[in-house]
Amino acid sequence: MLSSVAERVYWLGRYLERAENAARLLKVYSAMLFDLPRGTSLDWSTLIDISGSHEKYEEHYDNYDEKSVVHFLFSDSKNSNSIFASLVLARENARTSREVIPSETWEQVNALYYTVKENINPRLGRANRYKLLEEIIADSQRIEGMFVSSMSHNQAYSFIELGRKLERADMTSRLVDVGSINLIPAFSGKNEEDSLIEPYENIIWINVLRCLGGFQAYRQQVHNRVSGNLVVRFLLQDEEFPRAISFCLSALVDNLERLPNDDDVKRAVSRVKRITGEVDVESLLERGLLEFIDELQISIADIHEEISRIWFSPETIQETG
Amino acid sequence: MTIKWKSYNPGEFYDELISSPGYPRKIARILTTYLASLSHEELQQRKAAVEHAIKSMGISFTVYSEAGNIDRQWPFDLVPRIIPEKEWLSTSEGLKQRQRALNCFIHDVYNGGKIFKDKILPEELIKKSKNYRKECEGMKPIHEVWAHICGTDLIRDEKGKFFVLEDNLRVPSGVSYMLENRTVTKRVFPELFENYDIQPITEYPSQLFDTLAAISPEPKDYPEVVVLTPGIYNSAYFEHSFLAQQMGCELVQGSDLVVEDDHVFMKTIDGLASVDVIYRRIDDQFLDPEVFYPDSALGVPGLMRAWLKGNVGLVNAPGAGVADDKVIYTFVPEMIKYYLGEDAILPNVPSFLCVDKKQCQHVLQNLDKLVVKPANESGGYGMLIGPHSTKKERTEFARKIKANPREYMAQPLISLSTSPVLGEHNMEPRHIDLRPFCLQGAKSYVTAGGLTRVAMIKGSYVVNSSQGGGSKDTWIVRG
Repeated sequence: MLSSVAERVYWLGRYLERAENAARLLKVYSAMLFDLPRGTSLDWSTLIDISGSHEKYEEHYDNYDEKSVVHFLFSDSKNSNSIFASLVLARENARTSREVIPSETWEQVNALYYTVKENINPRLGRANRYKLLEEIIADSQRIEGMFVSSMSHNQAYSFIELGRKLERADMTSRLVDVGSINLIPAFSGKNEEDSLIEPYENIIWINVLRCLGGFQAYRQQVHNRVSGNLVVRFLLQDEEFPRAISFCLSALVDNLERLPNDDDVKRAVSRVKRITGEVDVESLLERGLLEFIDELQISIADIHEEISRIWFSPETIQETG
Repeated sequence: MTIKWKSYNPGEFYDELISSPGYPRKIARILTTYLASLSHEELQQRKAAVEHAIKSMGISFTVYSEAGNIDRQWPFDLVPRIIPEKEWLSTSEGLKQRQRALNCFIHDVYNGGKIFKDKILPEELIKKSKNYRKECEGMKPIHEVWAHICGTDLIRDEKGKFFVLEDNLRVPSGVSYMLENRTVTKRVFPELFENYDIQPITEYPSQLFDTLAAISPEPKDYPEVVVLTPGIYNSAYFEHSFLAQQMGCELVQGSDLVVEDDHVFMKTIDGLASVDVIYRRIDDQFLDPEVFYPDSALGVPGLMRAWLKGNVGLVNAPGAGVADDKVIYTFVPEMIKYYLGEDAILPNVPSFLCVDKKQCQHVLQNLDKLVVKPANESGGYGMLIGPHSTKKERTEFARKIKANPREYMAQPLISLSTSPVLGEHNMEPRHIDLRPFCLQGAKSYVTAGGLTRVAMIKGSYVVNSSQGGGSKDTWIVRG
């Protein structure tokens, strides 16, 4: 298949997954905040932390109130990772690769784009916002289902999957981060609020699981009360839950089978597997996750670099050709 | 308000569905009765359903403007145009005949020019044509076919007789809209398909693929056929990707291709892969910067070399546009006689050539009655429609014609036929034309019907989508 087409469908997968993840995050986070007592230090700025766009945000906004943060993450044209911006790019990539994807998937991507475009409104109330987020998540799942069941599992399919699974692994790593103490000053034992937030630790981890649609799977798998180290282990190392990083990595490897010259990418994936598989979760939580998450995210980004170098860049191709 | 056919009056024009107010043509009766049975609300619902279908299928075309390129949804009128099959059969034969003769002509032009020696057509008309490609002299493409795909514009006069308005032999577009219009109609009026025997059109992409595959330099079961597009900012990008998808081919841009040792390759994830046939949707001049416009980034350096050596098939062949010239057009009936020994089945619109002194005189004296067209423009640009023009425009055109008579020809204003279009409150007559698509390779094929283009503005004759035209589904119906 053409390198340029491979690149477009790969990004189609990534942007679809990015939009879905952002919608999940926004949905669950809103719900979680209403469970916590007023005055906890967990606030809307955490969402900006997760998306890693502090600098950009502060260029345009003075404070982290609900309205500004939601607008920034949902539809702000200044945020290239907003849900709407991701959908615009997903649609553009689908539109320009219609010769390789089933037409119903294109129509569904197009429909999702219009749903969001026509309903986005800075004055969107909480109830309608919730409804719209649910719709985005459901549509995104529908599109994924269509790819699985109506597209030939060929090389183009593999590239969509690579994009999706890599983006998913990246998002899960960010969520592990958010659940961890680094992002919640109250947890780091610096102040008196420790006792205040402790009973809510559960709630936070439960919501992290909910965000990934993994609460039920966790209960079945782990048979235990929800606790930080078990959730982190589940999200990093579980081989059966589709949004656990280990699972995503195995899916990447499966999809590499259909592609030529995949050795370097396999090596990059194996490295991430070692990082997540060998980590001692208990001591990790004691030390703090910051360093670990950084290493994890950089190594996930390396997989992307390898994919891009081997299959998308015409210079490399001319050498091998 | 429901539809009242009695108040629908096309006037002196030939109307496709109605013979006179209140009297639908026989073939249209089921349709007109059905439409009149719908309430105002039902009609508006169907109209909304059309808009929804077009939007969700993403049928669009791009309009160039200063504010940037905008992807516009395809304007579609839901009332189909019906042509009886027996009327269509001879039209279809006429189209095949015409394309065969045009291909004989193009081949002759680049291979000795017998037609000039026999004085059927003056050689200097060709050698001065903007679309004559010296580089193609002596080239002998497979089957001696140059214009494999032809979009011929047909119009009907007030008696309903078909005339050929022009031949499009370069990169004719519109066939994807013909196919999508049918899909939309099936979604919106499924019940009509039970009562009519409508010729299907869905096989066009496979016919196109066969035509393309048949000119592969090496005989293969599945030669590598690609569609070459200028990219997403081209007004017909939707069509390029649609056809690639329907044929199961790669859609490529110039940057995806490379020529090595006079063979064409595409850049794939496995490295370079050879390409056999290119359905190119970019103009000759942009194909190969080594031969044509040196700074064209749309084409592929070395492509002409590869083609001239017979290592890749190009569709349509470079240089085919020499017959897509409104001056050459006037000679097509003679070509049919000369090459095929047959009389033309489809007549031309009577024309006057400005390059001929006597005819030019006539044109200049009758500018207010004639339509003057430049020889090599497309999209309806650069025309003077005499009866609708101002004195200033006529003076301007007289100057242009005198300065460059080879570049102009003129025709009487033919009253295009009309067909009902659903307006705000009732059916309204609008002028239409028809563009069937003809394929010639190892064998010939003509679409059942074609793309009916509609001038959406009352009284207007301009049907081009770039200038606000719309379209209709076109049915060839048995019975």
